[in-house]
Amino acid sequence: MSKMVYLVPLFPLIGFLINGLGRKQLSKSLSGMIGSGMVLASFIVSALIFKETVPESGPVTVRLFEFINVAGLNIPFEFLVDRLSALFLMIITGVGFLIHLYSTSYMHEEEPQHFARYFSYLNLFVFSMLLLVLGANYLIMFIGWEGVGLCSYLLIGYWFKNKEYGNAARKAFVMNRIGDLGFLLGLFFIIQQFGSLTYSEVFGRAAIMNSGATILTIITLLLFVGATGKSAQIPLYTWLPDAMAGPTPVSALIHAATMVTAGIYMIARSNILYTLAPISQTVVAVIGLATAILAATIAIKQNDIKKVLAYSTVSQLGYMFLGLGVGAYTGAVFHVMTHAFFKALLFLGAGSVIHAMHHEQDIRKMGGLAKKLPITHITFLIGCIAIAGIPPFSGFFSKDEILIGAYAHNPVLYWIGLGGALMTAFYMFRLYAMTFRGSFRGTHEQEHHLHESPWQMTLPLIVLAFLAAVAGFMGIPELFAPDAHKLEHYLEPVFAASYKIQETHHVEHSTEWILLAVSITLILIAIIYAWNRYSKKPETGDATGFGKILANKWYVDEFYEAIISKPLNAIAAFGNKFIEKSGIDGIVNGTGKSIQWGSRQLRLLQSGQVGAYVLWMVLGILLFFVLIIFI
Amino acid sequence: MPINYYIILAIALFSIGVMGVLTRRNAIIIFMCVELMLNAVNLLMVAFSKLHYGAVATFNPYASTGTDAQVFVFFIMVVAAAEVSVGLAIIVMMYRNIHSVDVNFLNRLKH
Amino acid sequence: MIALLLILVPLMGGVASFFLKGEKGVKTFALLVAIVNFLVMIAALTSGNESAINFHSDWLPLLGSSFALKMDGMSKILCLLAALTYPVIFIATANNEYKSPNSFYGLMLLAQAGILGVFLAADGLLFYFFWELALIPVYFLCSKWGGERRIAVTFKFFIYTFLGSLLMLVGLLCVYYQTPDGSFSMQSLYDVKLTTAQQSWLFWLFFIAFAVKMPVFPFHTWQPDTYEESPTAVTMVLSALMVKMGLFAVVRWLIPLFPAAAIQFDNVVIGLSVIGMVYASILAMQQDDLKRLIAYSSIAHIGLMSAALFVNNESGLQGAMIQFFSHGVNVLGMWIVADLIEQQFGTRKMSELGGLAQKAPTLAILLVIVALANVALPLTNAFVGEFLMFNGLFKFNVWYAVVGGLSIILSAVYTLRMIQKVFYGESSAVTANATDIGMMAKIALSVIAVAIFMMGVFPKPVFALVNDTVTAMLGIYK
Repeated sequence: MSKMVYLVPLFPLIGFLINGLGRKQLSKSLSGMIGSGMVLASFIVSALIFKETVPESGPVTVRLFEFINVAGLNIPFEFLVDRLSALFLMIITGVGFLIHLYSTSYMHEEEPQHFARYFSYLNLFVFSMLLLVLGANYLIMFIGWEGVGLCSYLLIGYWFKNKEYGNAARKAFVMNRIGDLGFLLGLFFIIQQFGSLTYSEVFGRAAIMNSGATILTIITLLLFVGATGKSAQIPLYTWLPDAMAGPTPVSALIHAATMVTAGIYMIARSNILYTLAPISQTVVAVIGLATAILAATIAIKQNDIKKVLAYSTVSQLGYMFLGLGVGAYTGAVFHVMTHAFFKALLFLGAGSVIHAMHHEQDIRKMGGLAKKLPITHITFLIGCIAIAGIPPFSGFFSKDEILIGAYAHNPVLYWIGLGGALMTAFYMFRLYAMTFRGSFRGTHEQEHHLHESPWQMTLPLIVLAFLAAVAGFMGIPELFAPDAHKLEHYLEPVFAASYKIQETHHVEHSTEWILLAVSITLILIAIIYAWNRYSKKPETGDATGFGKILANKWYVDEFYEAIISKPLNAIAAFGNKFIEKSGIDGIVNGTGKSIQWGSRQLRLLQSGQVGAYVLWMVLGILLFFVLIIFI
Repeated sequence: MPINYYIILAIALFSIGVMGVLTRRNAIIIFMCVELMLNAVNLLMVAFSKLHYGAVATFNPYASTGTDAQVFVFFIMVVAAAEVSVGLAIIVMMYRNIHSVDVNFLNRLKH
Repeated sequence: MIALLLILVPLMGGVASFFLKGEKGVKTFALLVAIVNFLVMIAALTSGNESAINFHSDWLPLLGSSFALKMDGMSKILCLLAALTYPVIFIATANNEYKSPNSFYGLMLLAQAGILGVFLAADGLLFYFFWELALIPVYFLCSKWGGERRIAVTFKFFIYTFLGSLLMLVGLLCVYYQTPDGSFSMQSLYDVKLTTAQQSWLFWLFFIAFAVKMPVFPFHTWQPDTYEESPTAVTMVLSALMVKMGLFAVVRWLIPLFPAAAIQFDNVVIGLSVIGMVYASILAMQQDDLKRLIAYSSIAHIGLMSAALFVNNESGLQGAMIQFFSHGVNVLGMWIVADLIEQQFGTRKMSELGGLAQKAPTLAILLVIVALANVALPLTNAFVGEFLMFNGLFKFNVWYAVVGGLSIILSAVYTLRMIQKVFYGESSAVTANATDIGMMAKIALSVIAVAIFMMGVFPKPVFALVNDTVTAMLGIYK
């Protein structure tokens, strides 16, 4: 089955082509069916492949055709199926399918033509992401890498009539491109150093290098620049919250199953390079942690239901990078998986709420929705508990694994990380309480129309809620039961080389118990506080004081605007007005003008006086004499 | 006589001619000064011709070098004569038209 | 023989067009000539026999110049581009109206003959002859059918290119006088042994001529003006084909004639090119006129190619070769879109347009495809070329790749800005009654879209085609 892996991306590609080319002919139900059906088909193939990878660990390479083979550089179009990519295939197609299914109902108000366009974009998105994880070399990864950037652009700007949305889409693409440049330069360094982009060759040659080699540090840092763009880390994170402009299922797709996990996947894939570059690892960990904290602080004061979730994604991605940075690769991938479940759940739940509220996204105007939307409410609550990290829900296991890894590395990282986790619990339950608890604060008409969503929307919620609740048991820490961490065993061959090199500090079990108790207690306190406070006295006005700074996202966008956009535009205007017009054109036209001026001056010599002419002639002859005699 | 004397005389005549052309305004005098310059050149030609003929004849008695320049002198004289006739005719026409032979009145070349 | 036919078809067709009457007849005839020429080109590609393609005959024996045509990999790819663009241009602009169409199409075809001659000439003087033959029709086309400021702009264009051509002629004669057998043939000129000092100044005589044509910063200011004022069909020829003449000439003449100087001045040339890339990209961000925007974007892309020609490694050269073709196709697509918009709305100002995605979805989709190729997104044709060129630049010097790489980001900025302003948002007063594009334009743009994806996914045939030129080039440096 692994040999048939090309089917996995092929199905969404076919779906994209059918929906894209036939968008005027297809009916809505048909294009929805094609869109979701194709992803379901590739999910089934993925599942079969996944099943095959469980007993046998050897990676399978599937070569499709020769892509670039020049200058001693052979880059075939090649897919690699191993345990890491198989796991990601499952997440992408599985969660992706649920989101497609959900979309058939969520987007039903669209015209058929745009409905088909929407599904073709979604399919293209899944296709690109599949290319990204399936590629057997960095170039194929880069193709998918840019592809998801494009699709996010198309989907964020899906409602193209709105100018704001267009700007958000553009911002996403450009920010991603900044990262992509870093990634591309990283690729060039890899080519220069290893003479190949194929994973097996690069990693094989890297493994025998010394730890801390400068070239490896450069490569890994540049690749990480790419990851900051794609996975929304400092300093390139600002596009992700703005990406809310797209339809809500798209946000779920971007935040959970695809796109933002690309950076994590890339580093997990290149783990050996990072393990050999401790400086880069530190940078990854510090940036990840800083992003986690920064985004969490911002999320506390957001009032848009999707914005809160968006910042929580940024924050959770920060944790994943922290995990990667401290060498807890399995933990990071584990968190990608659990996060995919509960974040997709939360976004789809938010979509359900928005749907019910007739496109109202401000949580200050919600409240008391628990009774009206029972399924959405319960599933959303499960999602909140999962993300907050309460056992035995999935988020607890994965986050705990990352944080324990961080503690083993350096306890300071753990305590800061725990602070972020507390904030996460706090803002998630603030969101929950303001949305579902208390009394309804919207308009009368909205209240009248409140209704639970149809099955196409609730079914994905239920499935995802189930997964969010139980997925954690795939990775039970050694603390509870020895050798019960199935995921770690599964992924072992992928990270084996890194774990061999890495010096592992083990945290004493007693310490671990204490940390666990402390963190759970604190998180519970945060939850109860938030629940109480915001159920009884929800925020209604705008934030003031320090809260205002948080509500305005630390003014980072304004800062970027001031230091990058404005100067660049000023340079462009300057170039346009002065360098082009007066500068280069000035020189060109100036040559012409000076010749004209010169000839006007020369004309004055022609006085018409014969004597004057003769005089000039004589002077000229004398000049020649002087020149001939003296030179 | 050394050649230098001829050269100096010719330079003097030529310079007088040049100065005359430059400073005088009467067309007839300018004309005469031009003639003066021509004759300065003629003198120099004859002088050099004689000099070179002597030099060449010492080792090649059949050479005809010496006479070339003198032939040119005759050419110049003929041309000068033709020039005088045309030039004087112009001056006469000029006088008829503007009642003067002052060349400074002749500035219509500008237009 | 086929090479000769390739030039003769448009030449004869062009001359014949002058005598035709009736607009429709001329258009059909010109399209027919272009298609026949394309078929001849296909014949050349499929014919494996070198002697069947190349041509040699005496021309000016007293001067040692012969009518020699030779087709190697680079010639093939560029001739294919020239043969492909012409039918597409004629189809895309079929609905445009010109006064005295017979001379218009006649001149267009003559220009094609000149361009093909430039790509095929294997003789110095013949090359110069075709170089001028290609330019002269364009002067007339710009000055007679151009926009309001056409006279001033054509004059500027003329001064720029003519000055360059004259410098090149002087340089060419200097090299010619050094040949032992007094011959203009390519091989004799290549074989001349010039000292480094001679090379270093002859290099600049040639380079300025080619740099004006490409154009390389700071010789570029004629380009936005000329592109803006020319009728769009001419602009297409200018930017898809004429700029390639400069790049082609660098590979065919400049570097082989003066290899030592090319190495000596590589930093200067690459530096200028890289500056030009970033500079033009920044300027493109501010343009309101669609044509000017495309012009600056083209300058940025050309900068990368001219830099890649001097990096002296295989990656850069291969990338540049494939990009010759890709850039021609992509920029042609951009111009077609600009022309369609101008024809329909009578304006090219982006600030006056908007909301076209709603009104003209087919146009929007095709434009987005072309625009994505323009920003070199993977799986479009430009990506392969740009990836290899940046890799070559990187091998030459890391910092050039870093600075030049900024243009990757900037290209996304200005291209997306263009898409947004023209296609997104609410429709404006101008675009309120917009209709979607017609059949002819659809065909033309579809051809381009297919070319974009075919080469983007499967570039191998092109690499195989140009491989001999690249190998020869690398041999020259050694």
